[in-house]
Amino acid sequence: MAQVTSLAARAHGSGRKFVRASADAKLALVEFLLGCEDIVECARRGAEWLAEHTDVEQVLCAAVNPDLTRLVGLVGYGVPAARVKKFSVRLDARDHPFLSLLADGDPKVFPGNGADPEERPATPLGNGPFLAVPLRGRVGKQQIPAGLLLVSPVTADVARETRWLAQVLSHRLVRPRYYGRLARDRSWLTTIINAVPDAILLTDADGRMILANNRAEALLAGREDDSEGRQRAVALNNMLFSSALGERTFRPEVTPERRELLLVDPAEGSDLPFELLTTVVDDSREGTGIVSVLRNVADLRRATEELEENYRRLRAAEVEVRAERDRLDLIIDSVVDPIVVTDPTGNIVMMNVPAERLFTAGPDATAEEAARVRANDANFTSFISNLFFGMADMRYRGGISMVDARTGARVPVEAVSGKIMSEHGEVSAIVTILHDQTEALEKERLYEALKLASQELEEKVRQATAELVRQNELLRRQAIELEQASAAKSLFLANMSHEFRTPLNAILGYTSILLKGVAGPLSSMQRDNLARVDSNGRHLLAIINDILDISRIEAGRMPLHASEFKLADLIREVMVEVEPLIARARLDLTTEIVADLPVLRTDRAKLKQIVLNLLTNALKFTPEGSVKVSASHRPTTAQVAIEVADSGIGIAEADQAKIFEDFQQADNSSTRTYGGAGLGLSICRRLATMLEGQITLESRLGRGSTFTVLIPARVKRR
Amino acid sequence: MTRKTPTGSKTGPRPEGPGPLILVVDDFEDNRAMYVQFLTFEGFRVAEADNGKEALDKAMTLQPDLVVMDLSLPILDGWEATRRLKSDERTRHIPVVALTGHALGGHSERARDAGCDSYLTKPCLPEDLVVEIRRMLAPSSSKPKPRSGK
Repeated sequence: MAQVTSLAARAHGSGRKFVRASADAKLALVEFLLGCEDIVECARRGAEWLAEHTDVEQVLCAAVNPDLTRLVGLVGYGVPAARVKKFSVRLDARDHPFLSLLADGDPKVFPGNGADPEERPATPLGNGPFLAVPLRGRVGKQQIPAGLLLVSPVTADVARETRWLAQVLSHRLVRPRYYGRLARDRSWLTTIINAVPDAILLTDADGRMILANNRAEALLAGREDDSEGRQRAVALNNMLFSSALGERTFRPEVTPERRELLLVDPAEGSDLPFELLTTVVDDSREGTGIVSVLRNVADLRRATEELEENYRRLRAAEVEVRAERDRLDLIIDSVVDPIVVTDPTGNIVMMNVPAERLFTAGPDATAEEAARVRANDANFTSFISNLFFGMADMRYRGGISMVDARTGARVPVEAVSGKIMSEHGEVSAIVTILHDQTEALEKERLYEALKLASQELEEKVRQATAELVRQNELLRRQAIELEQASAAKSLFLANMSHEFRTPLNAILGYTSILLKGVAGPLSSMQRDNLARVDSNGRHLLAIINDILDISRIEAGRMPLHASEFKLADLIREVMVEVEPLIARARLDLTTEIVADLPVLRTDRAKLKQIVLNLLTNALKFTPEGSVKVSASHRPTTAQVAIEVADSGIGIAEADQAKIFEDFQQADNSSTRTYGGAGLGLSICRRLATMLEGQITLESRLGRGSTFTVLIPARVKRR
Repeated sequence: MTRKTPTGSKTGPRPEGPGPLILVVDDFEDNRAMYVQFLTFEGFRVAEADNGKEALDKAMTLQPDLVVMDLSLPILDGWEATRRLKSDERTRHIPVVALTGHALGGHSERARDAGCDSYLTKPCLPEDLVVEIRRMLAPSSSKPKPRSGK
């Protein structure tokens, strides 16, 4: 105020002319303002009035906008309209000098241009000092900031008249805003209660309707142009409603009262069940009233039914989902591999039993087990994070090192994670299947071991094969050497035979000549001696012949000459050859040859040698009795049997095997008695083998022997 | 097997007279002498040779009635000597009786292939040789007789 005074004094001092506003002028302005509804018009007239009655040059009237957010330029005098419009100060701008002024309510003079911007805010006015007077209105007991008057230049006159104007203008600015707000609140309230689907109405103590929303009006308020049916329905509704209210006790209660009320739908004519909620309200001015809320319970019932139906469906769906989930649990639990389902943030939401071995510690778990589970969790989380980083990939595969929570055994795991996408294309879950590689690794290890063993075996086989090849080569060489040795032996024997024969030829020849008396007559002793030389020479020759036969057979130099012939013919020839022996002995020699003998195909000479030898033996070892040669056929085996049976000395059982051996007779001393080198049977056995047959013997000592030659009717070789 | 040859039963010793001429070829003198002695005793005239070359010469010059040919001979063996005798016009008609100590198979075949008319294996008793010679010289039977028995 002191400032203003000093400014006024200065204005006076300047000597400028001023017009003192008369009481009439002020009254005229107040009258105008009271009659004017438009605040902009009010402000303009106020500014013009100030310019008319003072020497003010510039006036700006600013007002708080209806949002109560800004102080905006309203009207100007001596200020360009664009700059008026541009003036705007945010009400939440702290420390703005105008705002503190607005709060304080005291006018203030601001210095001219060039001063600190904090002390002199920007205005649409000129550069000189200006006076700011706040416009504050009163609503009830509350002072409300409404606007600001800025005037320049600052003179005492201007300051005085401006303050007066501020007083009258303040009221004018505040009033419409206050009532406007009330109207707006009322309008909102109407909108709100109209938006409520329930019918809402306020009645006075006498049951007269004071306020009703649209829904209530539709039910209870008739209109002139309504149809007759509608009017009747409305009248009926009013009657029913009034009677319902009539039962209401007018005691203010905390809780609203409920009852059922059946009204008629004026549009449809159908019954509408309502729930009526009534609340008694007391108003000091208006008196007691009743707020009634009519809620359509037809909808409610339907809604309840629907709700129940939905609940039932939900239950069914839940049962199904539970069954599905149980099945799923069963399936994933039955999978040997651990399966883990995680939500998009990496938390485990589901896992199967095998996975629990890795990721859960029981209630009585040791600290070690818990630590293993944590380690597994950490490894798993870091694995899953691969899938978050590679956003484009739907799957991620890799190895995780896990530990069995219970045992602590290392479990090498191969894991495959897959994203489960929602229908909106967002990751809803991540499923990870962990495959225990222990067995696979073990198999691989075993396979490697097997492969190694196989290789070793192969190597051994290779070595063995090489050794075999070496041995074979050795054997082959030995066979060649043996063959060569055998051939040499045969050649040697052949030569020996020749060398034996040549002198033996001379011995036997000269003995024969002497015995014939070519060299003159012999005494009986000389003849006897020469006979012994002759006999021993012949024995020696027989031995040499036998040895030669054996060596030829052994050396394989006795080839098989197969031909077809009749066995009967062969036996007849043999009989002829032994005739001289039979003639000397007192023996009964017979033959028995069956009629159906097949034509033989075998080595005739060898068979003849066998039969001749056997027969000669039989005659030799049968001093008295009989010898029988018989031939028979054995069709089942395609063999022929030639039997030479004698009633001679026989062979002891112990000696029977021995007699087929080289240089063996049953009794070695018998050589002297019976002659022969003991090679005959040995040769026969060999010859029979060449003919693919065999010789068997049945004999009893002192009762005779039966030799049987059994050979195939047709020899296979050649 | 003993065969008693009736001594001189058919021919008998004939110290004189022109008996058939037999050429005995053998390199082993004891054998040769033994056969010569007995053939002479049996009335044959005998000439000797101790190798194949000499046998050929004597057969050519003496024109014997029969040749007893050992096969293992020095200078020229019995097979070759026989082959040459049989390939010569002048000696082809002379029968050759082969006589060998080799009993191995193949010798008799080779002997026959070479042209021998008969084949005997040593040891061969002198009387057996005489029987064979007489058989060969008999006008009815000039065919070679296979070896029989031991």
